[in-house]
Amino acid sequence: MSPVTTALAHAEPLQPLRALQPLAAGHPGFLSPTGVEIIFLLVGLVTLGAAVVTVATKQLVHAALWLVVALGGVAVEYLLLTAEFIAWVQVLIYVGSVVVLILFGLMLTRAPIGRSPDADSGNRWVALAVSLAAAATLVTVVVDAFRATWIDLEQPVGPGEGSSEVTGMALFRHWVLPFEALSVLLLAALVGAIVLSRRQQAARAGAGSSGAPGKAGGN
Amino acid sequence: MHLAYPASLAVLLFCVGLYGVLARRNAILVLMAVELMLNAVNLNLVAFDVWLRDTLHAGQALTLFTIAIAAAEIGIGLAIVLLVYRNRGSSDVDRLRDLSERDDLETGARGGGSREGKSLAPATDNDADDDTDSGFDQARHGSSDAGRRPA
Repeated sequence: MSPVTTALAHAEPLQPLRALQPLAAGHPGFLSPTGVEIIFLLVGLVTLGAAVVTVATKQLVHAALWLVVALGGVAVEYLLLTAEFIAWVQVLIYVGSVVVLILFGLMLTRAPIGRSPDADSGNRWVALAVSLAAAATLVTVVVDAFRATWIDLEQPVGPGEGSSEVTGMALFRHWVLPFEALSVLLLAALVGAIVLSRRQQAARAGAGSSGAPGKAGGN
Repeated sequence: MHLAYPASLAVLLFCVGLYGVLARRNAILVLMAVELMLNAVNLNLVAFDVWLRDTLHAGQALTLFTIAIAAAEIGIGLAIVLLVYRNRGSSDVDRLRDLSERDDLETGARGGGSREGKSLAPATDNDADDDTDSGFDQARHGSSDAGRRPA
């Protein structure tokens, strides 16, 4: 929890000062947030808390389940940013398949149920210092750079910017070649995963025939 | 909506993921932290796409590509982690130090970097249980105890 709270404490005093300055004509200040901003902040706090618990908890399966909360929170943020199609892709792929893959990986590596005392490495304080420094620097720079930038979420008449119609039109008109390259990459990843598993099965068959079938069946 | 809100949230998510990558010891937890960092990048892409109102929708298209690449990455990464676990009996990234320079320095002062000195060092490094013996050394010394190793 501490990296986030200190980073927020670092960022908070900047905002009221800048809200007082007339930066741009008609520019809404930070002191009068809109409803979307309030919801975005609340969901962002939940997302950030879930992410912190994900990297800080000592129970491995709980970390995977908190990752679901963090990724779902990011999907809600996509919805608030009017990117509907991305939000549902996020729910389908991340929450649906990636977390399930991670849970399978945890089970297949026989992760301990309950608290594992060695979940964190010995250099966690160095990692904490590095991430705190990065958070402080980046939050300062980002807030300083984008304090007067306003996203206009009002949609024109017709399909929204992030609807599946507009996204599909852009994807299959302007981004066809990267899309096809990506399908080749997915195929390569699939073949790579199969190759990794096949070599292992061949080695297991060799070890099993050489004389320890009970041990080979333990995997 | 101010752009500072999604940008700050993305920065903080990225730094939380950075802490996870650096501080975690289990390889699968490191992969989960990598997913958090990728999500921070995706949030930035979506926010900037909505802000700039790009006619090509580059931000959202790149977000879709990033999500697909992240799915491929987690598949390959988990396959590698499972392979390491089956060969070493542990998915602990702190114990995978066959390529570290420190063992060579220790044994170089003693045995002049000979083959025996090098093969002793990983065995003393992870002597917690027999199953985590280095697979490369066993392959180099022949397969006399190949049946003992988890295949």
